[in-house]
Amino acid sequence: MFNKQTLDAVRSLLLFQADDHLIIGHRNSEWTGLGPILEEDIAFSSIAQDKIGHALGLYTILNENLGEAEPDTLAFMRNESDFTSCQLVELPIGEYDFSLVRHLFFDTAALIRFEDLATSSFDPVAKLARKVKGEIKYHVFHANTFIKQLGHGSEESKARLQSAINQNFGLALGMFESFEGEKLLIDQGIYKGEAAIREAWLGELQAVLLEADLKMPDAGKVEPVYGGRKGFHTEYLQPLLDEMTEVFRVDPAAEW
Amino acid sequence: MYGGGYIHDDQKKKTDSIAEDPALLAEFEARIARGEKIEPRDWMPTEYRRQLIRMIEQHAHSEIIGALPEGTWITRAPGFRRKLALMAKVQDEVGHAQLLYSAAETLGKSREDMINDLINGKSKYSNVFNYPSKTWADVAVIGFLIDAAAIVNQVANSKGSYGPYCRALERICYEESFHLKQGHSIFVYLATGTPTQRAMVQDALNRWWQPIMHFFGPSDKMSQHTETLMRWKVKMASNDDMRQQFLNMYVPKIREVGITIPDPNLHKNPETNMWEFTEPDWNEFYEVIKGNGPCNAERLAVRRAAEDNGAWVRDALRKADQQYVTPLA
Repeated sequence: MFNKQTLDAVRSLLLFQADDHLIIGHRNSEWTGLGPILEEDIAFSSIAQDKIGHALGLYTILNENLGEAEPDTLAFMRNESDFTSCQLVELPIGEYDFSLVRHLFFDTAALIRFEDLATSSFDPVAKLARKVKGEIKYHVFHANTFIKQLGHGSEESKARLQSAINQNFGLALGMFESFEGEKLLIDQGIYKGEAAIREAWLGELQAVLLEADLKMPDAGKVEPVYGGRKGFHTEYLQPLLDEMTEVFRVDPAAEW
Repeated sequence: MYGGGYIHDDQKKKTDSIAEDPALLAEFEARIARGEKIEPRDWMPTEYRRQLIRMIEQHAHSEIIGALPEGTWITRAPGFRRKLALMAKVQDEVGHAQLLYSAAETLGKSREDMINDLINGKSKYSNVFNYPSKTWADVAVIGFLIDAAAIVNQVANSKGSYGPYCRALERICYEESFHLKQGHSIFVYLATGTPTQRAMVQDALNRWWQPIMHFFGPSDKMSQHTETLMRWKVKMASNDDMRQQFLNMYVPKIREVGITIPDPNLHKNPETNMWEFTEPDWNEFYEVIKGNGPCNAERLAVRRAAEDNGAWVRDALRKADQQYVTPLA
């Protein structure tokens, strides 16, 4: 059994991951009907469904094992400052280059996280992670394939990707913001911690960008954009939440 | 969804006056009469090919344009269950477009040409998607009733004569049956929910009833001659038959949850066993086809923007050493 401080730290870990997945799933779903080719439309939409499903899985553990509210309440009824998603996932979908690069940044990290969590000493998470990592593997495969194709595509596609990578690298590093109680989780074999995840992420990303003929920014020279894990968000999150909860708020007590 | 029951045909483009080889034509018609499927490499009359391209293409366009009015509610769907179901549903629709464009390509028109014709307004799509989806209840009405209407049409067409289209339709109908359940579930929850929810769904049905009645096209009495298309098994059921079948199946389902159909004259004549109803405004129907519906401009603008924004991606993916290959089925 874990003590209260440890469980609080697990709660933080699951909540920020759930929020990350919910928000990026929401963003990716905005590509439905608008993709650059039908196949990409379908791919983004399918990945978005998995993300929302992963968020639901994480909120369900928070509800069933950690005494938090129902998943629908957690996702649709909290205030903006209660969300601990990183700022990278909040940004609008922009053009396809940004969305693709964000997808690469995010899923490369998500796969490393869930591979680690699959061996967590906190059983409910380990069980979920074993299922989720199998799905994220395909998301990473999709991101890598397109990054490589477009990295070797036209001058324009190469320039667009490189610029999206450079401009958003600080936001990507913001995914690895440390959180309260992280050390307790590391000590008890629940999670290996943000610094270790970041290190693995840099290695994976470098390998993919090398194959795509794109340049890896120097992580030491880029300031990470932190704040999301503490509830500080960009101006884009509140409108996203307003939209997401628009129907739900018509009558929160009703069954939809 | 969606290929509407009504498929617009520009009369100026008809090729049925082309003199086909009588022996080949006789053999072709005999094959169809025997219930055989026509495959991409088989001989077919020019008019058969043209009609099928037109029909499959319009069906494909309807799927991608149809993703827009529903897709806009994905980000607003209330709760995980509805959100996940709607995402999967709209993704299916885009997947149907992909299947259908491939089926149409087997007849010799590339996807790119078809999409260009769509965004230039040369090629049509189902009128229903030129109406706005104003509230969450519209998702219920579209998913339940428009998908249901499409299933009536598509189940009939899946027994047609062109192999690739039939095979695509079989899979599409299978998926549509889940969409119908999704729409019906939302419809029932709203209809049996709070007064606000009931009012939402009644309002949505009031707005959608006429487009639904339009869906199968004008009465057979007003329709153009379709005898050849029926003989070639391109068109499998008449507009009136499909509309009657739809009303038979779905009027009771709407009424059983206490929602009123906004046509006081709608009733089944016990003598003829046929539904009688107020004729919808067919002038409006033709106006929407011409491009003057409430959302025609917006839908095409969105589609055009998506195509324009994605052009660099398609260019980059297109390698000089790659040759375009027509899919076989």
